[in-house]
Amino acid sequence: MFFWEPEVNTLLTQSINLFATGLLVLAFAMIAQRRILTLIHLFTLQGASLVAATLVVAYLTDQHHLYYSAAITFVLKVVLIPILLHRLIDRLNVRWDVETLFNIPTTMLIGIVLVIFAFNLATPIAGLSASIARGTLGIALASVLLSFLMMIVRAKAVPQVIGFLSMENGLFFAATAATSGMPMLVELGIAFDVLVGILILGVFMFQIREQFDSLDIRHLEKLKEE
Amino acid sequence: MIPLSGFVSQLLEIILALAFAPLLTGWVNQCRAWLQNRSAPGLLQPYRALHKLFNKESVVAESASPIFRIAPYIVFGCMALVCAIAPTLSTDLPLAPAADTIALVGLFALARVFISLAAMDIGTSFGTLGARREMLIGFLAEPALLMVLFSASLITQSTSLANIVETLAHQPFAIYPSLAVAGVAFTFVALAENARVPVDNPATHLELTMIHEALILEYSGRHLALIEWAAALKLFAYSCIGLALFFPWGIAGAGTPLAMIVAIPVLLAKLAIGGVLLALIETINAKMRLFRVPEFLATAFLLAVIALLVHVLLGA
Amino acid sequence: MAHLDWILVLVGGWLGLGLLGILALRHTDFVARVLFPAGAAIALGLAAIALSALFDDPETAVLPLGLPNLPFHLRLDGLSAYFLLVIGAAGAGISVFAAGYFRQGEGTPPGLLCLEYHVFLASMALVVLADDAYAFMVMWETMALSSFFLVTANHRVPAIRQAGFLYLLVAHIGAIAILLCFGVLQANTGDYSFANMRAQSLSPLWASAAFLLATFGFGAKAGILPLHVWLPEAHPAAPSPVSALMSGVMLKTAIYGILRIGFDLLNAQLWWWGALLLALGLATALFGVVFSAVQTDMKRLLAYSSIENIGLLFVGIGLGVLFNAYGMHALSALALTAALYHVISHAFFKSLLFLGTGSVLHATGERSLGKLGGLMRRMPWVGWLVLIGVLASSGLPPLSGFVAEWLLLQSFLFTTELPNSFLNMLVPVVAAAIALVAALAGYAMVKFFGVIFLGQPREAKLAEAQDASLLERAGLIWLASGCVVLGLFPVPLIGAIDRVTQLLIGTGIASTVRNNGWLLLAPTTLERASYSPLIFLAVTCLAVLLAVLLVHRLYHGRVRFAPPWDCGYPAQTARMQDTAEGFGQPIRQIFEPFIRMRRELPSPFDEKPIYHVRIEDHLWHWLYLPIARTTERFARLVGRLQQGRIAIYLLYSFLTLLVLLLVVVAK
Repeated sequence: MFFWEPEVNTLLTQSINLFATGLLVLAFAMIAQRRILTLIHLFTLQGASLVAATLVVAYLTDQHHLYYSAAITFVLKVVLIPILLHRLIDRLNVRWDVETLFNIPTTMLIGIVLVIFAFNLATPIAGLSASIARGTLGIALASVLLSFLMMIVRAKAVPQVIGFLSMENGLFFAATAATSGMPMLVELGIAFDVLVGILILGVFMFQIREQFDSLDIRHLEKLKEE
Repeated sequence: MIPLSGFVSQLLEIILALAFAPLLTGWVNQCRAWLQNRSAPGLLQPYRALHKLFNKESVVAESASPIFRIAPYIVFGCMALVCAIAPTLSTDLPLAPAADTIALVGLFALARVFISLAAMDIGTSFGTLGARREMLIGFLAEPALLMVLFSASLITQSTSLANIVETLAHQPFAIYPSLAVAGVAFTFVALAENARVPVDNPATHLELTMIHEALILEYSGRHLALIEWAAALKLFAYSCIGLALFFPWGIAGAGTPLAMIVAIPVLLAKLAIGGVLLALIETINAKMRLFRVPEFLATAFLLAVIALLVHVLLGA
Repeated sequence: MAHLDWILVLVGGWLGLGLLGILALRHTDFVARVLFPAGAAIALGLAAIALSALFDDPETAVLPLGLPNLPFHLRLDGLSAYFLLVIGAAGAGISVFAAGYFRQGEGTPPGLLCLEYHVFLASMALVVLADDAYAFMVMWETMALSSFFLVTANHRVPAIRQAGFLYLLVAHIGAIAILLCFGVLQANTGDYSFANMRAQSLSPLWASAAFLLATFGFGAKAGILPLHVWLPEAHPAAPSPVSALMSGVMLKTAIYGILRIGFDLLNAQLWWWGALLLALGLATALFGVVFSAVQTDMKRLLAYSSIENIGLLFVGIGLGVLFNAYGMHALSALALTAALYHVISHAFFKSLLFLGTGSVLHATGERSLGKLGGLMRRMPWVGWLVLIGVLASSGLPPLSGFVAEWLLLQSFLFTTELPNSFLNMLVPVVAAAIALVAALAGYAMVKFFGVIFLGQPREAKLAEAQDASLLERAGLIWLASGCVVLGLFPVPLIGAIDRVTQLLIGTGIASTVRNNGWLLLAPTTLERASYSPLIFLAVTCLAVLLAVLLVHRLYHGRVRFAPPWDCGYPAQTARMQDTAEGFGQPIRQIFEPFIRMRRELPSPFDEKPIYHVRIEDHLWHWLYLPIARTTERFARLVGRLQQGRIAIYLLYSFLTLLVLLLVVVAK
């Protein structure tokens, strides 16, 4: 052990907080963002900060399976899914689409309320957890709620899918932060689920477009029985 | 009484700010020109422009009231005081207790109100338009700036800028997530407050989208020179405050007058890097529509609020 | 003689002036040149005595007035002395101004106006002195009625009558709530003196009921959301000195009432009362400032700005209650000091601004911002003095508004140690909202000053505008210097406010502040926070002077006057300047969901295109109109009882009698 190790460990613990905050800010930025292309960039960044946070937790708690899950997250959320999404928006030709949505400042204000709510909810729970990054539970919860909010206020299908994926990021982070990760099998299963989900949603979106000539999900309202 | 070292560092700071502020503007302009594949106007161009303007006679509109003529001086005085209380080189500043972060924001507001009133004074359409837009930016940027400074205040338990920097610079290195978020918000605010792309373009005149240039359209001669100088001082002060809050290393503390010798080159190096980054931001972004600006600033404001909330949650 | 006796003599003097006014009903000159200046002198004396009483022990007196066995109890303690100081200091400036203002009288004969005006002043002074519910309510109602008659001075205008009616209605609904509150406070003892109420210890349920009733009652007087609707109607309708008195001084009696009941008469506080006041105050402040920024009538703009300031006061008081409930007395003292500082600062700057609009109104006959402009050159005295008020109102250093704002924000920064995590999270958000309100106030004030005094005159008749008369100027100067002095020397006033906080919560910040020297304002330690308006001003002035001197010495001071640059379009007129609507347009767009707008847009084929936008209040449509409709429907039901035949009315009386007899028998 080197003499500076305790100091480095403190810094690393603090850096988990930093990455968590990054996750939250990115979730917030997604709410404020109109362009689909930028949304994908933001999502990629979010994945990257998630990988970084997982690696730090893995190093600090010395749990090897977290390294694997960080690797899986990297492959999936920083490489594979963004590529898929890029190809998707190219094929759908919505790369430069600017989406009109519900008044952005109002959405962000609701976002702040959600953040306060989530922080408050997590404070007592965090006290129970013994994990090194227990303060971040509130942040993870807030990111999940923000992504949920994003799915609600978006009018197009692709941003909704991104919202869904970013929600999964938040959940994954909550699992890492609060319980030092889920069992490997569960994680693999979720990863596989997300991948398959993307593929299915992609196919689904093509179908929506074929049917309605647009990706606006308001068209789906016509599908109900009269 | 004020110790000599404090007096010296205070004086040195003011002189440094007054002297080097136009240089920073010139440096940013030069970097931007390089990045945009243009030939640059030379590093000392702002000084030449100031000298030229001071030599010219001032043309004042017949319908102007005295407010129009005193506003440039007041704006300049405000910016000089801002530079005096911002810890650029040292935190040992005798003037620092006179104005804390809240008063600092108040100083910016005072300057803004006077320049806006002066713009409305003549009664031309452009002037009032500029005043309205300036106040629009101001009313969102001010609270955002205040919240950014507050998140630093909460960490250091002080609202005095010198004390904040003193605490941040001279303690074991620690990562503050709240400060990181606040830093993003601060960048947004600084871009808007200093009339930079993507909010405003300092290089254009007479476009329907201009803000800062519309305000000062009626000014000429020495009045214009003072306003330009004050704008340079504002950019300098904002850069220094940002550097001091988020990268405080190298600033001399109280009782270490010799550290000032190191502080000057460190500050210049940091400013040079900051200038390059500013030019980079200005080059890769496009100017946004005017009615996107409130959204941009509202984002900054809410980010700053999140920074405060993160501080309350994590205690850091 | 004790302070209280002197004060009673002076208040009696006001009433005497009012009676003299009745005798000289139509002698405008006598009323304006003699009675009003005398009233101003009395106000000044009152302020001086109140200031000295502030540092003395409480005094009590019993007035042999009122009903048999029910005399008026009066008491002069720190809290009443402080508010008397506000009434006297602001009232003096307003009275001097009024002496120059009431020239022809405004519909009502000047003598009558003089009576109403002085009764109004006297009743405000007695409200803060009252020491039993009976005296308080009588004075409170006298205050409401006299101000009602002052508002409707120009009663031939239907809009003013309507405004007056609305004011009276809301004032009385509020008064009922206050009466009920006193009923709860005396806790079935039948003794309505404040001393008895202080002695009672109510259960939390009843204490909360009393507090809620007081908040409602005094909130109605102060213009708290959603009881604010009368304020933007009544304040502009009144003659300007009366508007100044109402906005600057009368609203403060409501603040006095909240403080008296919340801190003095109720001896324990619950934390959620503070949260409630905080939320109400914040909503009011935001509402007021947004609406003030979009107004096109100068007095309405100021009236909405008063709503905003009342909101800020409530925030300060709410924070004080919150801290006090958690036993954090030092912080509570800080928040209350901020609120009390704002009380006097707002009294000065808002009176100044309202009086300024009075001068403008007299000189031009215009209240609409769209028809003013360029008055700085015609009315330099009013222009410069109002500028001071505008800067103070925008909360800019080094004037008085900033000190209050600074103290309030400081008290927010200390709030992270509350034992309730939810409140801990909310406080930064509230602080952010306060900062937003302060910045928006600057927007509204720049609009106010810029559109009235700067630019070119929008109408030809503005060229004949005359500057204010000497007496008017004197009033304005008094108030403006108040803004400056309070801004530059905060430490002595905090020493005075300390007496009030000592009385209310048993601690104050003055000793700490004094320890840190008179030059620096530092509520805790110098390391933590400090502000020195004098150094601030001195350094800024020094920089300005040096800049002037150096520029003129090193270069030159040549100036050439030329027409403004017209962008190559010579046919510009003053009407092409940006309007007040234009200046408020960004705010309208950003805060669109909060504002109800009715637009009339021109079509391309209109011969005379008209663009018109009317700003309305959502609450009026969502709350007040439904209440009014329900009331009308109910009244119609009651109307069915009225058959117009005398036999039926006799039957009602007969039945009532029978029922009452039955009740008596049953007992």
